[in-house]
Amino acid sequence: MSTASHMPAAGLPTARRRSRAWAQLRTNPSAMFGAGLVAFFVVVALLAPVLPIPGPAETDWAAVRKAPSAEHWLGTDEIGRDVLSRMIWGAQASLLAGVVSVAIALGLGIPLGVVAGYRRGWTDAVISRITEALLAAPFLILAIALAAFLGPSLRNAMIAIGLSAMPVFIRLARGQTLLVMTEDYVESAHAIGLTNGAIIWRYVLPNIFPPLLVQATLTIATAIIAEASLSFLGLGQQPPAPSWGSMLNTAKAFLEQAPWMAMWPGIAIFLVVLGFNLLGDGLRDAFDPREN
Amino acid sequence: MSYKRMLALTAALMIGAPFAQAADLRIGLAEDPDVLDPDQSRTFVGRIVYAALCDKLVDITPDLQIIPQLATEWEWSDDGKVLTMKLREGVTFHDGEPFNATAVAANIDRSQNLDESRRKSEVASIASTEVVDDLTIRINLTNADATLIAQLADRAGMMMSPKAAAEAGADFANNLVCSGPFKFKERVQQDRIVLEKFADYWNADQINFDTVTYLPITDGTVRLANLRAGDVDIIERLAATDVTSVRADDNLQLEMAVSLGYQGITVNVNNGDRAQNPLGQDARVRRALSLAIDREALNQVVFEGVMAAGNQPFPPTSPWYSTAHPIPARDVEAAKALLADAGVETVEVELQLSTDPVAQQVGQVIQAMAAEAGFDVKIVAKEFATQLSEQTAGNYEASQIGWSGRVDPDGNIHQFMTCDGGINDSKYCNPAVDELLNAARTSNIVEERKADYDAALAILAEDMPIIYLYHQTWIWALAGKVQGYTPYPDGMIRLEGVSFAE
Amino acid sequence: MLSFIGRRILIAIPTVLLISVFVFFMQKLLPGDPVLALAGEDRNPEILEFLREKYRLNDPLYVQYFTWIGNALQGDLGISLRTQQPVLTLIGQKLPVTIQLAVMALIIAIVIGVPAGIVSAYRKGTWVDWLANILALSGLSVPNFWLGIMLILLVSVKLGWLPASGYQPFLDDPLQSIRTMLMPAFVLGTGLAATLMRHTRSAMLGVLKSDYVRTARAKGLSETTVVVKHALRNALVPIVTVVTLLFGELLAGAVLTEQIFTIPGFGKLVVDAVFNRDYAVVQGIVLCTAIAFIAMNILADALYRVLNPRMRNS
Repeated sequence: MSTASHMPAAGLPTARRRSRAWAQLRTNPSAMFGAGLVAFFVVVALLAPVLPIPGPAETDWAAVRKAPSAEHWLGTDEIGRDVLSRMIWGAQASLLAGVVSVAIALGLGIPLGVVAGYRRGWTDAVISRITEALLAAPFLILAIALAAFLGPSLRNAMIAIGLSAMPVFIRLARGQTLLVMTEDYVESAHAIGLTNGAIIWRYVLPNIFPPLLVQATLTIATAIIAEASLSFLGLGQQPPAPSWGSMLNTAKAFLEQAPWMAMWPGIAIFLVVLGFNLLGDGLRDAFDPREN
Repeated sequence: MSYKRMLALTAALMIGAPFAQAADLRIGLAEDPDVLDPDQSRTFVGRIVYAALCDKLVDITPDLQIIPQLATEWEWSDDGKVLTMKLREGVTFHDGEPFNATAVAANIDRSQNLDESRRKSEVASIASTEVVDDLTIRINLTNADATLIAQLADRAGMMMSPKAAAEAGADFANNLVCSGPFKFKERVQQDRIVLEKFADYWNADQINFDTVTYLPITDGTVRLANLRAGDVDIIERLAATDVTSVRADDNLQLEMAVSLGYQGITVNVNNGDRAQNPLGQDARVRRALSLAIDREALNQVVFEGVMAAGNQPFPPTSPWYSTAHPIPARDVEAAKALLADAGVETVEVELQLSTDPVAQQVGQVIQAMAAEAGFDVKIVAKEFATQLSEQTAGNYEASQIGWSGRVDPDGNIHQFMTCDGGINDSKYCNPAVDELLNAARTSNIVEERKADYDAALAILAEDMPIIYLYHQTWIWALAGKVQGYTPYPDGMIRLEGVSFAE
Repeated sequence: MLSFIGRRILIAIPTVLLISVFVFFMQKLLPGDPVLALAGEDRNPEILEFLREKYRLNDPLYVQYFTWIGNALQGDLGISLRTQQPVLTLIGQKLPVTIQLAVMALIIAIVIGVPAGIVSAYRKGTWVDWLANILALSGLSVPNFWLGIMLILLVSVKLGWLPASGYQPFLDDPLQSIRTMLMPAFVLGTGLAATLMRHTRSAMLGVLKSDYVRTARAKGLSETTVVVKHALRNALVPIVTVVTLLFGELLAGAVLTEQIFTIPGFGKLVVDAVFNRDYAVVQGIVLCTAIAFIAMNILADALYRVLNPRMRNS
């Protein structure tokens, strides 16, 4: 979460700058590599239902904890299910967890942050204090307590992670709104009598979009790890549906006998998170005028 | 720092000798014990620590015979309502106070009357105590109670220094004073409990360690890694799936004992609205579910065959097991027929279980097996704390849960199966079963009790409020140098006679 | 300066109170009842009810809250329902453990992160920079708990070099203490090293472009002198600030690391307490970490002002 301090300042919302940024992103090899990694996992996750693999919950008592072979490319798990199939279906859970929880964080964080920055005064004071209080509680402890409160399930883990990630977005949206509000064109918009809603829609939101996009991409990475962590503690995806974190949770009991059970999910989490981090970095470089 | 010194330091860090003293026994526990006061404590793991800390009036042998410990002999009156015990001479508590009949009376009083006591129901049949002489105590009961002597072999029979207990009141846990082979030294929660040898122990010849350190290491893999590395000498509750690799390791030893408890599915048959479903309302559906499960395959898949498959509260190896109802073979067709008989084709069942990975494996195997007979089992994992409260409140259909087991058979069946049983979460109620189980409680004649239990188990095999699946096997792994270890079915670690090889 | 710190502390008070309210009520919303959670197998309704009364769990929530916060203000954080040890004693026991872990992790992070950041800034755009960046991102992307179990498998189980878990107080046996903590500190340190490397790099990039570095070069000073004496010294301001701010990340990371390596510190205590519904412990720990976190933030700001005189006037 510390990456938040690295945010670019809001700039002018000109289409020219925006398209230049995208062009720069396209020529950034590591960002494109990251995008490729993400795209690969997204495609695999979407194709899960049509790929010629056994069902993720299909058990084979005769093939419990078998090492990778021609029949089971990544081996089988503790009750004889195909690990490859569970990895592929698990990609859905992990990506969904990343995207949905960040969507929750954005959906709640942007309105609160924008309102705080726009209205100032008491509204701002209250929202800022709450944000600070939430930020002072360690992210994972907050998520664990929330997930325990809501009950273990993938949906609840996403809500817990989303709520825990929200304060960063409130702070960011508030800061960016404050910046934009000092711009001349906002003052003239006020002067010509535009409504608050119109000003926010036309000037504030487009301006705070780039830094939020960067932060959101990086937070997806954090959220995927958080989901894996919660599942690892038994608070995420529930059996028999697979997620990489819950696969690791079971796998840790078989480190010696079946190391492949722990290896693949770990590598997959690493790669997809790396993908989002590379992409997020590239986005930041492209949108941040200071680095150029 | 020069390169060489740096290298030397690094080498020392990497291979420096593990921290261990010659006569310190280190035991890796699977959980951190709760409050260390026998009258207040609740956990299985706490009892493991008491085994070295607190002597009891009587003890058990590995085959569950009651033998003397602090009481050297005892006899029952003919009506079974008076128990007279002779006490061991020359025993002192860790604080130097003498152990005598007055102390026993004070301990029973504490178990019965301390507000926080969890032992009340275990000693409920005791009406009064009489100090006959310094070393003789007479215990008067309100009614004959066959289970009492077994209770005195457990926490209710653990003797604490009455003086120290009176001074500490309910706040005894941080400085417990008993009379066992080791006395309390220090505790750092979640890290270690250290006991040191009690020099004046009556059986000190049998004790070969200066200190015992209990280390709670919750992760099974890490616990075993510590044993392999020589950082601990004994670990309890080794994962069944690690048995093969420990057996293959020449530096380690393996000990096992089938537990006194059971694992199964508790069905909500009458505990509120959620009992209103085919599984809760129709015993045929429950029998069908039982028939759909291949208990031996379950044992093989999840536990590599190390547990003991079962279908009763008592394991097949127990003298109390009813041989009239052996473990049924899996029979999917018969299960389907029972369902058809009950007028249902597919049955939806919500099975709650804890977030523990092993519980989840068992649940998933059951789910897959039951599906073939027409059960649509939905697994709902809950944290253990939530699972218990939902179960008590009746907010569940079926719950996968177990019982760690008691020495007397009564402790494994009465409180679950009688109408007013303290932990009867299925709210099963059958007056015929009540009558049989109450009768078995009050008779001191083994054959009579056995007949009562057999009759009760016959009814339960029909009604099946709990579908028994298997009996846990306690598994200990020991360093090669540990010798003289005896496995007990109660899962305790008794240190008498245990030593390090020279 | 003092008035700045005083003002920050005053602002922090409502935040701390808010946190106390959050923690308290969120816990009370948790399903499952602490007494029942503790009861385990023995669940006699009468005793459960007695314990609920004894620990005043039947009082209205707001009464419970004010009792707790009132006692907390007097330095009494209550007792652990599970073991009856005072929460303050527990915190006293756990604090040195987590601090040792955090300090060792921080040292590892600094030793790896700062030089890597300097080199990659100095060689911006070359393969060295690229490699350092990839390594840093990998450090950020690898799940800590996975790295932990893999290291246990390799270093403890297969090679038998380091203990797999546990804790040895530093003063009892420093060498063994460092040995047991080395692996967890490394796991925790890798993520931090990555963050630190990235901050060092961007701080150095800014400084290397500045006028005085150009002047120093123009004077013909050696590159080492330029980089270490002039550039690094100036880049230290943001780096020190980041280190202070990393504290929060350290605590959050310690939660899972302690769980994996069975280290009896804050993180393990709080997770176990959440699962056991040991309310007083969760409340006490979260309150303490939050206060520490806020204190570190204030310290970071103060340090920033001390190290960077220009800020004082703004």
